[in-house]
Amino acid sequence: MSQYVIEIQELTKVYSLGEVEVRALDGINLSVDVGEFLAVMGPSGSGKSTLMNIIGCLDRPTAGTYKLDGVDVSELARDQRAVIRNAKIGFVFQSFNLLARTSAVENVELPLLYGELGLSRHERRKVALEALHRVGLAGREGNHPSQLSGGQQQRVAIARALVTNPAILLADEPTGNLDSRTSEEIMGIFQKLNDDGKTVVLITHEPDIAQHAKRVVTVRDGRIQGDERVNQIRATMQGVAPPVAAEART
Amino acid sequence: MKNSVVRFGNITVVGLKAISRNKMRSFLTMLGIVIGVGCVIVVVAIGNGASKSIQDTINSLGSNFIMIFPGATSQSGAKIFTGNSTLTPEDSDAIKAECPAVAYVTPNMRTAAQVVAGELNWGTSIYGVNPDWPFIRSWNCSDGAFFSDSDVKSATKVCVLGATVAENLFPQGGAVGQTVRIKNVPFKVVGVLDRKGGNTMGQDQDDQVLAPYTTVMKRLAGQSKVSMIMASAASPDQVQDAQDQIEALLRQRHRIPAGGDSDFMMRSQEEIAAAQNAQMGILRTLLISIAGISLLIGGIGIMNIMLVSVTERTREIGIRMAIGAKGRHVLLQFLFEAVTLSIVGGLIGILLGAGGSALVARVLKWPIVVSPSSIIIAFGVAGAVGVFFGFYPARKAAQLDPIDALRYE
Repeated sequence: MSQYVIEIQELTKVYSLGEVEVRALDGINLSVDVGEFLAVMGPSGSGKSTLMNIIGCLDRPTAGTYKLDGVDVSELARDQRAVIRNAKIGFVFQSFNLLARTSAVENVELPLLYGELGLSRHERRKVALEALHRVGLAGREGNHPSQLSGGQQQRVAIARALVTNPAILLADEPTGNLDSRTSEEIMGIFQKLNDDGKTVVLITHEPDIAQHAKRVVTVRDGRIQGDERVNQIRATMQGVAPPVAAEART
Repeated sequence: MKNSVVRFGNITVVGLKAISRNKMRSFLTMLGIVIGVGCVIVVVAIGNGASKSIQDTINSLGSNFIMIFPGATSQSGAKIFTGNSTLTPEDSDAIKAECPAVAYVTPNMRTAAQVVAGELNWGTSIYGVNPDWPFIRSWNCSDGAFFSDSDVKSATKVCVLGATVAENLFPQGGAVGQTVRIKNVPFKVVGVLDRKGGNTMGQDQDDQVLAPYTTVMKRLAGQSKVSMIMASAASPDQVQDAQDQIEALLRQRHRIPAGGDSDFMMRSQEEIAAAQNAQMGILRTLLISIAGISLLIGGIGIMNIMLVSVTERTREIGIRMAIGAKGRHVLLQFLFEAVTLSIVGGLIGILLGAGGSALVARVLKWPIVVSPSSIIIAFGVAGAVGVFFGFYPARKAAQLDPIDALRYE
């Protein structure tokens, strides 16, 4: 077992568009410890989405290795990657990606339907309700996404990501569709989960969002350009704290 | 294996939810299957009912029944009927006398007439026959008795009424012994026949009057040609012998040279049954084809809607895949939706079909037999249609790339 939850070596991804070959990723090396809060920054076209797709086991690298939670997943077939995604990765998307006309708690239960855990209906409901509690949405279980605010929808999405107790939370621009106050709330939830020991990987192009992480990796032209520990800005937790309560943490 | 059962259960839940979210569309999608299955059930019920009543009618004729018609079937198979009957009462007598395999034989001459009794009258068919008739048709009198050979010899003015005729002319009963007038000729009623009910073609078999053929010839029809000779073989296994003997005898009597076409044709009960069943078969094949086309169109409807559904829910598929649905899960989900649509449609179709059959039976008074096998087959076909037409869209969904699917707007 590796000590790293993510261990990427010489990762390359080449897309061939007819005659032309595009090197989206060109020799990425990245290791992430258990319990880290990593932000991946970069302008659009930098390759950060490709990197996210590979970290999220949605795509396979052209060359190089990627170990997730000690398992080499770079060569896995489609269905095997589906199993890995279910068990080890919790996705949070920019546009929430909840199922419409499906209640919050049912959305959260969804990963358990595909999992190998074999939970009973009752157990699934219990685990899903716990996850909703953790993101502060107790009492909203029965609401459909259309009856929830953007921030609440994103919390449901985070609860869904948490419900299988994955090795990493992988958030792709999770605040991209939210106003700044709600963004703070969501980042606060990620920080709280990270405080509890969850590894969080955040993909963003907004520097002030990235500052909520503990480590910022900058990607440009398919290569890692910068990798630094930062002073984490603590998010203001919903309704409780004064507007700015940044507490430096190193 | 408990796990996979649990997970399959989960997928069925997912599929059912998707259907219930789109009730109107689901219903419209089902409609093709509903109509197709309903048609199959009704058509098969009508077909079975008709076959059964044909069978009943033919069985009631007795299994050794033979009919001889005037006219001919040429070697090319075309029926030739010159309008002038080629059969005579003497042919009938000769068959009786010279064909050992034939037990009973009667000429049959039909004329239509108004039968009057007191103030009541009734238009019906008058058949001139001889006393072999009840034996050939296995049909007895419920009241009185059939006329005798001596009545035929002396052309007595007696008759036997069918049950319907007796009912209409003598609503109070007691027809036997009364007098009816047919074409102004008074006939004494000597018997009333048992009630038999409608035949295959919906004709009321009890709507007839029987009289000695000699009387009908002299008093009513005024001609000596018969419309048909009915005979019955001595036993069921002598039907072929009887036909051969009749054929040889009549050809000889009608002086038909060897190799020439006969001027009559013969049908045994089995041949009649076969011919009627063949007609029914053609009709049924036609109707089943229509029902089959309807099912096919229903299936295409399901495929169409499932393809729309897959496109519409591309994003949902992407989400499901991102959080761990395997291709198989997505395939099963959509396949299950398609099969559920078609099976629920099939069930509704079965109910409608059964209801429609009952309605046909009530309103049109057709004999209807809803067979369990047609229900099972219709149900199975509906399910198969769902699997067949649902597979392509489901596979399309399962093969989506999760990255593209998530990006889909």
